[in-house]
Amino acid sequence: MREDYCLGIESSADDFGVGIISFNGEVLANVNDVYIPERGGIHPREASRHHAMIASKVISEAFRRAGIKPKEIEVVAFSQGPGLGPCLRVGATVARALSSYLNKPLVGVNHCLAHIEIGKMVSKAIDPVTLYVSGGNTIVAAFEAKRYRVFGETLDIAIGNCLDVFAREAGLKPLSNKPLGAMVEELASRGKVFVRLPYTVKGMDMSFSGLLTAAVNIMREGKYSLEDLCFSLQEVAFSMLTEVTERALAHTEKPEVLLTGGVAANKRLQTMLKIMSDEHGARFCVVPREYATDNGAMIAWTGVLCYKFGMTIPIERSFVKMRWRLDEVEVPWVRTQNM
Amino acid sequence: MLIKKGAEASIYLEEWCGRKVVFKRRHPKKHRMPELDREIQIQRTKHEPQMIHRAKEAGVPTPIIYTVDLEEASIIMEFVEGKQIKQILAELSSEERISLCYQIGKIIGRLHKNGIIHGDLTTSNMILTPYGNIVLIDFGLSEQSMEVEARGVDLHLMKRALSSTHYEYADECFNAIIKGYGEIMGVEAAKAVLNKMIEIEKRGRYVSER
Repeated sequence: MREDYCLGIESSADDFGVGIISFNGEVLANVNDVYIPERGGIHPREASRHHAMIASKVISEAFRRAGIKPKEIEVVAFSQGPGLGPCLRVGATVARALSSYLNKPLVGVNHCLAHIEIGKMVSKAIDPVTLYVSGGNTIVAAFEAKRYRVFGETLDIAIGNCLDVFAREAGLKPLSNKPLGAMVEELASRGKVFVRLPYTVKGMDMSFSGLLTAAVNIMREGKYSLEDLCFSLQEVAFSMLTEVTERALAHTEKPEVLLTGGVAANKRLQTMLKIMSDEHGARFCVVPREYATDNGAMIAWTGVLCYKFGMTIPIERSFVKMRWRLDEVEVPWVRTQNM
Repeated sequence: MLIKKGAEASIYLEEWCGRKVVFKRRHPKKHRMPELDREIQIQRTKHEPQMIHRAKEAGVPTPIIYTVDLEEASIIMEFVEGKQIKQILAELSSEERISLCYQIGKIIGRLHKNGIIHGDLTTSNMILTPYGNIVLIDFGLSEQSMEVEARGVDLHLMKRALSSTHYEYADECFNAIIKGYGEIMGVEAAKAVLNKMIEIEKRGRYVSER
């Protein structure tokens, strides 16, 4: 019997990724190309230019690795939002072209939802409280009545953004094999002195902008080493994340905690969440880096789920949604343990 | 007897000096480094009774504080008889629900008007007593502020709590809350807070209308 495949395109921020996955969840290809700014953060226009330039190369490479032909694709999925408009539009344009050329249905996937779904699939979690932490998102979510409800989130900037900006202010530069977050983590591991920084949890929500400003100001005073500041920044920020995740876990009494997104790679954050999860008797799952950072496979997999429930969209209504919230999407495929 | 093990503290129901009391003890968090953990614990244990008292001055019923132990990060306070709003909201008729939420709105209005931000407005932190008044509990995350920003966040949290646990009638409840809130704060001030709340929600990275 011939297998069905879905091709997924991710382009919401600095990554352009293409994944090909079978309908039963076997990842055939997951190819990624990241835009690295010469200086500063992600410039949306420059990132989108990068995506447009390398799109065809990444797609060919994905087909080569998957060992299938384009016409064997059953569904085309793309990251429809949230994200940076110009970047999202590149992925959307490519997806529309493929969909119409192959005459196959198109699925617009919510980027945050895709992080949760691929995370659940690869870590075999069934009904977790998810902490999704990246450069653009900081969300604590859990399934409740048809949707992933957002229990807590940042009130201003994302945690990944907070760490990145601090690192840039400290004069660090990202490398292709080492993002700024990894550099902060490395410096933090050598920190010893705890510097007091504002700890801001408001109910279930967090704020990182004041923490960032305070850390940058103290750094400029030059009284503490960068190692100590990275250490303290991580301790405070990750304690906030863990506190909010714990609150959501205590409230929902879910059996698992799932950590995903680019910041999930941080060992200190993993340790804190593991300790907290153990105390609640919840299984702690970390999504492996390949599937935790932005990637095409997560879009492809969520595309499969959406497709099975008829959630395709006509090309003329496939506009990108830059601020599409996770809790706006109904997820009919989710079955929790007590259902 | 342990009645609730929350994320932050454990709540025990005990007899103390012949009284039925709530014993709230903050647990040390092993995931936090001890220095930071201690600081957060002491700060919150000290602060909570102070804010509970300030709420009373604002005319908002809160539990009586009997004693505080900073060393143990514990507070002994009155056990408030009644039911959590969270438990009863679903059982009420639409009219009863709206009238209850209107009362809740007035309570929040009184707090805010007197410079108190609760910091964790959820329907589990409100108890309806057999006498029909609402007692507000858990001031562990409260702060003093007259800022529109802080008030906006407080209302946003209330709205968030409603939509994540009472999604079927979150809107009608929140509208009733705003009505009661405006009654106390005055229409103009309430409007300013509400606009701030909308602004805050849009500031969260991904809101569809912006």
